[in-house]
This record gives sequence, structure tokens and C-alpha cells, in this order.
Amino acid sequence: MPDTTQPLATASAPAHFLLGKSRWRPAEIVFWALALAAYFAFPRRHLLLNEIAILGLFALSLDLILGYTGIVSLGHAAFFGAGAYAAGLFAKHVFGEPVTGLVFSIGISAILGFLSSFLVLRGTDLTRLMVTLGVALVLYELANRLDWITGGSDGMLGVKIDPILGFFPFTFRGSTAYLYSLTVLFLAFLLARRVVHSPFGLSLRAVKDNRLRASSIGIAPARRIVAIYTLAAAYAGAAGALATQTTQFVSLETLDFTHSADALLVLVIGGAGYLYGGLLGAIVFKLLKDALSVASPAYWLFWMGLFLVVLVLIGRERLTGGGRALLDAVVARMPGRRR
Amino acid sequence: MWGWNDRRVVSVLTILFDGVAYGMLLFVLACGLVVTLGLMNFVNLAHGAFAMAGGYLTVILMTRYGVPFLVCLPIAFVATASLGAVVERTLYVPMYDRSHLDQVLFTIGLVFISVAIVHFLMGSQAQVIRLPSYLQGRFEIFGVGIGVYRLFLIAVCGVLALLLQWVLAATRFGSQLRAAVDDARVARGLGIRVSWIFALTFAFGSGLAGLGGALAAEIVGLDPTFPLKFMLYFLVVVTVGGTSGMTGPLLAALLLGMTDVMGKYLFPKFGAFIIYAVMIAVLMIRPSGLFSRIGTR
Amino acid sequence: MTAALETTGLSKAFGDFLAVNEVAFAVQQGSRHALIGPNGAGKTTLVNLLTGVLPATAGTIRLDGEPVTALAPHIRVGKGIARTFQVNQLFPDLTPLETVSLAVSERRGGGSRWWQRLGRDAGIVEEATEILTRMRLADAMTTRTAVLPYGRQRLLEIAVALACRPRVLLLDEPAAGVPEEERHEILEIVASLPKDVTVLLIEHDMDLVFSFADRISVLVQGRLFAEGTPDEIARDARVRTVYLGEEAGG
Repeated sequence: MPDTTQPLATASAPAHFLLGKSRWRPAEIVFWALALAAYFAFPRRHLLLNEIAILGLFALSLDLILGYTGIVSLGHAAFFGAGAYAAGLFAKHVFGEPVTGLVFSIGISAILGFLSSFLVLRGTDLTRLMVTLGVALVLYELANRLDWITGGSDGMLGVKIDPILGFFPFTFRGSTAYLYSLTVLFLAFLLARRVVHSPFGLSLRAVKDNRLRASSIGIAPARRIVAIYTLAAAYAGAAGALATQTTQFVSLETLDFTHSADALLVLVIGGAGYLYGGLLGAIVFKLLKDALSVASPAYWLFWMGLFLVVLVLIGRERLTGGGRALLDAVVARMPGRRR
Repeated sequence: MWGWNDRRVVSVLTILFDGVAYGMLLFVLACGLVVTLGLMNFVNLAHGAFAMAGGYLTVILMTRYGVPFLVCLPIAFVATASLGAVVERTLYVPMYDRSHLDQVLFTIGLVFISVAIVHFLMGSQAQVIRLPSYLQGRFEIFGVGIGVYRLFLIAVCGVLALLLQWVLAATRFGSQLRAAVDDARVARGLGIRVSWIFALTFAFGSGLAGLGGALAAEIVGLDPTFPLKFMLYFLVVVTVGGTSGMTGPLLAALLLGMTDVMGKYLFPKFGAFIIYAVMIAVLMIRPSGLFSRIGTR
Repeated sequence: MTAALETTGLSKAFGDFLAVNEVAFAVQQGSRHALIGPNGAGKTTLVNLLTGVLPATAGTIRLDGEPVTALAPHIRVGKGIARTFQVNQLFPDLTPLETVSLAVSERRGGGSRWWQRLGRDAGIVEEATEILTRMRLADAMTTRTAVLPYGRQRLLEIAVALACRPRVLLLDEPAAGVPEEERHEILEIVASLPKDVTVLLIEHDMDLVFSFADRISVLVQGRLFAEGTPDEIARDARVRTVYLGEEAGG
């Protein structure tokens, strides 16, 4: 097939419209600059920043299947936990270097994601809810029962992590941790951004909007869903691995239903379908949770529940791309932007 | 160890009996959800919260006010039914037309709120119910161990199941309900007051859940995580059993109860894991449920 | 000559109910074939069988002689059959440009490219623009589909089908639900479809059918009731009986 890609300068107006969607906005650059600046601005809060980055990656992975492909999952923590435990076991029994452990965990959770993707292909929304919930529960039970491997409800102890690539040791303050997590998050984000603004990404949105129509223009929904589900699982697994490696501990909480609900809630706060929702939501979520959990865990649960109820009653436009519309509206007002 | 002697058979029968009791209980707990989902196509993940309410109400009445257990049961039913009626009219009605995702998020929010409130008021430890003496203990029939309370459960739930079946099949309300489940628009067109049926059915279903919660406290334990723990069980009964009648969910609940109990006895290392795996397998083979009609939503 | 589209003994049963009953017909290359019948005759079910949305209970479907009965819908599109839906099936959140570009890129094989920026392939964009211009949607290319008026959405529905460059195009009541003032646009578009595309048109509007079709099949209660040229059908007393009370474009 002849190469019909062309230099941007001579692209037509419609092509510009399409290309414009993937152009880097100034706001994005500001966001990442601030993320890096936070390292210097809050030297005593690196542990918290690290947690935010990890949660952001987890929520980003859920956004890929929920915001872009329309798959409602109540068990996404399954992949986070799988990655977390894989990283723990790898460090304990094979090799303590984190980057290799990260690659290993991504592989494990990707395989798990691939296998379970076939379960979400068929059935209704309700079936999918239950199947995803079921998979997470199966893994939770497995981790619980195989306690001689996983440490069961006590969690996995004795995870010792070596310096990153042999050079950068982890410190108590979490400084290395945050930079490590931020780097992984950023790289993952870049890839996700590429995928989402590609013909493949567009086909995912089509499958989400109208699966019948998508198959009527030649898209094989199954294959696309399997692909994105696997990628999302890999991302979630990466987040889990980061969590294990930066805290040197894994527990059953990583597989808990409330952990899956956390990711969902983060996307509700930040908006789904435009990639930044998971990141922004993670910041708000973590800060709020820190503030509200002071009294007791029940206190946080109450407010989280109330927030969900109120938000849904009012109208959850943000989850259908309203966040994106807001972003577009803000961007359109910036100087130098062409419509 | 696994000899083919009478004792093994008898133990299996005992386990089966326990499983049937558990299954009947699950049925009573879940049938409200069956109707809600079938009737209103509403994914109500907060159904377990009503069960929890009934259970805790019973505990409070018994421990603080000395109300006898058997009296608590109808009180639990009426109280949670009323709560259900109020909640339905105020909170649920605006959600009927929303997407399933919205309904999921909304009802998860309700679950969290109710769990938090209960945790705050009653603490996180499991509640203990002291059964009246005539419901305690066990006796043997041909060597098969029959727990008195479990027998009581089977009796009560069996009567309820028959009552439900009778209401559905032989009363006018029942046929109106079945019509509304089949096609709400057509039913409205025939003059059936569908929203009134919704409200009544939801209240009744919540009441049954509350009653089930009161009954369940002794068998499965009662703590603030009850709605979350049992959410999947209820959903399994509904999806495997289908929403087009009562026999499907009853069979599904019995199957679930027996599998769960047998699994826990025979393969204690794997516990609940078997249930989840079986559920996933069933959903993959028949995404619309084992017993439902073809073409359900 | 091999028919562009042909069926033999095609049936679809829903439990006891036979929605499509042993339908056998052939649509010749380049022909404008209309499928008419009273409401509930099974016309849309037949289209769903032809496109693979519903699996057939019995019978075969052949596209240019090649059997496609067991193929999934998206594969049949690749084989050259495309359709429009009676009620718009579009992507509410996407713009017409994105929608048609998607169809074009799927056809050209670039649909699963995850590394390429949308819009980089000028060929795809050009073709999409050209189709949309032909469908008089050039000014609405970058508007969200959901906010477009129904008539324009209907045009988009046809544009999407054309973007698949089908050999056989199934139009399921293209003018259905379109307000009076906008109907003529749809009718003009339908009339000016490329001659090398075989068209099977499902319609209630008799004016459109008789002005457009060179061959008409009549479907009643799932069975092929009559078939012939427009003149033959117009003179057929049985057909008129079946349509009694359904004249005047009903």
C-alpha cells in the first residue's frame, strides 16, 4: 500500500481537526512539570506522592477499559494484586532488582488479563460486572488460602528490594520511590496516549458507543477488547509491582473489592475517557482520604459512599466525556489555539 | 480415610442437609433482588444492606429489649419493608432510567454509607444471637445429623417460597406483577399501575431480605461487611437462576448453598474459591443464566 | 451469471415462531432490488440474517457465489456487504469525520494501528471527506453526531455504509423517521448511488420503491410471497390485497 502519510504543513483542514486531538496541550506540559516539581516542593511528602502516582497508574489502567471501551469492571484490583504479589515473590525468591521485577510483574498480569479478557466478551453489563467481580474474588481467595506462598492475611514479609538498576537505592523518605513511580507512570502514560489517539483507539470508542455499528463497519470487537484489556491489566499489574517495591510489603488489601471500588471512585472524581481523569482524581482522592481517615476507616467509607450517591443523583456527565469537553472548552480559550 | 462405608454417606447427607438449609436461606435473601432486577432492570447492589439492617435490628431487639427471637422475625420483615418503601420512592425512582453503570455506582455508594453507619453505631465485631433453647441443638435420624435451627430454616423458607409461588401464580397481584416483568410498557397500556407494583414489590423484597438477615445471623454471622460479602452470592442466584420466575432462583440458590457447604467441608483449603470459579464457568456457558428464558435482557 | 447476493431455504426461528420461512431469492449484479411487505413481515430480520447480526436457523447465503452463512458480521463487511439500519445506529460521541474515517481505515486495513496518529494518513482523510461531501455533510463533519438533526444522521448512516465500499448495499428504510422537508435529500442520494453497487432496498414508501427499483420481492409473514418487475407486482391482485389499507406510503 502506498505511503499516504504527509507532512503536517500541507494537511487539509479535516486532517488538522483529527491531528489536533493528539497534539500536546500546554496544560498537559504544565501538569507533568508540576508533577516533577512536587518532588522538590514537598520533600517531606514523597511517600504520599508515591502513593498518588501508583493510584494514578491504577486508575489510568481502569480508564482504558472503562472510559474508552465501556467495560464496567468491579474487579480490576485482580490485576493490581497479581502484579503486586508477582513482584513480591520475584524479589523474595529470584532477584531483588526492581526494574526486572517490574517487567516480570507486567508479564504476569498481562497474561492474566489476556486470559480473563475472554470472560468479558460475552453477556450483558451485569454478567460482566459479576465475572470481573468473580475473578477478583477467586484471586483473593487463592492468595488467602495459599498462605505459605503469599503470607495470607498477614501479608508477605521479607521482601527486600535492591537499588534500581543497581544504582539508585530506595530510601526511607520515599524519594527514590516517587521518582521511580513517576517515571513508570509517565512512560505508561505516553504509550496510552499514543494508543488512544490512534485508529485503534478510535475503534475502541466506537465499540463503546455502539458495538453493533462497530461490527457493521468491519471491526472485530472481540479482538480489540482482548487487546486493550490485556494492556490495561499490564498497567494495573505495573502499579501493583510499584506498590510492592516501594513499600517492601504486599497484603490481601491489594485484591480487595474496596480497592477496585477505589479506582472506580477515582475515575468518578476525575472523569473518565480523557486519560487525565485517573491522575487528577487520584490526587484529590488521596488527599481527601488522608484528611478524612483520621477519625476511623468507617468515616472515610461514609463520605465516599455519600459522594457517589450525590454525584450520581446529580448527573455523572463527567464519566461520558464531560471532563474532556471541559478540557476542550478551557483549551479553546487559550491564545494561539486554532479551532 | 475415604472409605466407602455408611459413615461417609451419612456425613454427606448431613452436609447436604446443611447445604439445603443454607440454600433456602439464600433464596429468601435474594428473591427480592430477583424481582427488582427482572422487573425494573435495576442493578441493586445495596440489597444486602437491607438484609444487614434486619439482622442488626434483631440483635438490638433481642439483646437490649429482650424481645423473643420469633417475635423479632416479623418485626424485622415489617421494619425493613417500610425502610425499603421509603428508600425506593425517594432515592431509587430517579435511577430507574439511568445506565447500569450509574446504578452500580449509586448502589455501591449506598452500601458504603450503610456499612459505615453500622460500623460506627455497632462496632466492627461479629454480632452474636442467642437462639431460644427450642431452636438449639441437633438430633439424628438414621445417623444423619439434623440441626434444629437448620430444620427451622428449611421450614420457614420453604413456607415463604410456597407463599411466593402462590402469590405469583394465583393472585391478581401476581399476574399483574408477571405482566409488568414481561413488558412494563404493555402492562401500563393495559391499565396496570406499574409504579405502584414497583414500590410494593421492592418493599416486599426488602422486607424478605431483612427477614433473611435476621435468620442468617446465626448461620453465617453478622458484621458490617455483610452486604459486601454476600453481594456476589445474591448476584449469582439472580444471574444463574434468571429473573423470569421463582423456580429458577430457588434451584440456583439451592445449588449454590449445597456447593458452598460441600466445598467448605470437602475441600476446606479452597473454600469459597470453588463457588466463584463455578459461577464464572456458568456465566461463560450461558451468559443469560442457567434457568432463564432465551432473550432476557 | 452469479447473483451478487442469493439465498436458498433461508429460515430463522425464535422458539416456535418462524420469522423467516424458507426464503430463496437472488439479487443480480448492479440491480436495484426492493423488498417490500406489511409490518412484521420479517424484512428487517431478513436483513439481519444477511448481514450476520442474527444466525440463521437453516439455509444458505451466498455473496458473489461465495457462502457467507457462517461468517461473523464484521467478516461479511470485509467480503463486501454493508447495511444501513432502520433506526440510526451511529456513534453518538464521535464526529461524522471520525466515523467515516474509521470505516475507511478499517476497510483499508489500518484499523488496528495503535501507533499512528489519527489524521496522519491523508488518503484516509481525503476519502472520508469526499464521501461526506457527496452526502452533503461537509459542513457538519466536525460536529458531534449526537447533536446532528435526525435527517442528517440518516445521511451519515448511508455515508458510513458507503465508506465500506460494499459490492452489495442493504438499505433498511433509509427515509424512515426523516421529516418531510428532508426526505428528498435522502431519495436523491439513494437514486444517485454508484451503478456498480448492487442495492437491496427495504421500503414502505411505494413512490420510492416504484421509481427506484428494477425488481421487487414481496415478503409476507416470513415467506416470499411474490417477485417480479415493478409492473408485474403493481398488477398483481394478491399483492394489492395484502397491502389493502396500507397504500399512500404506509
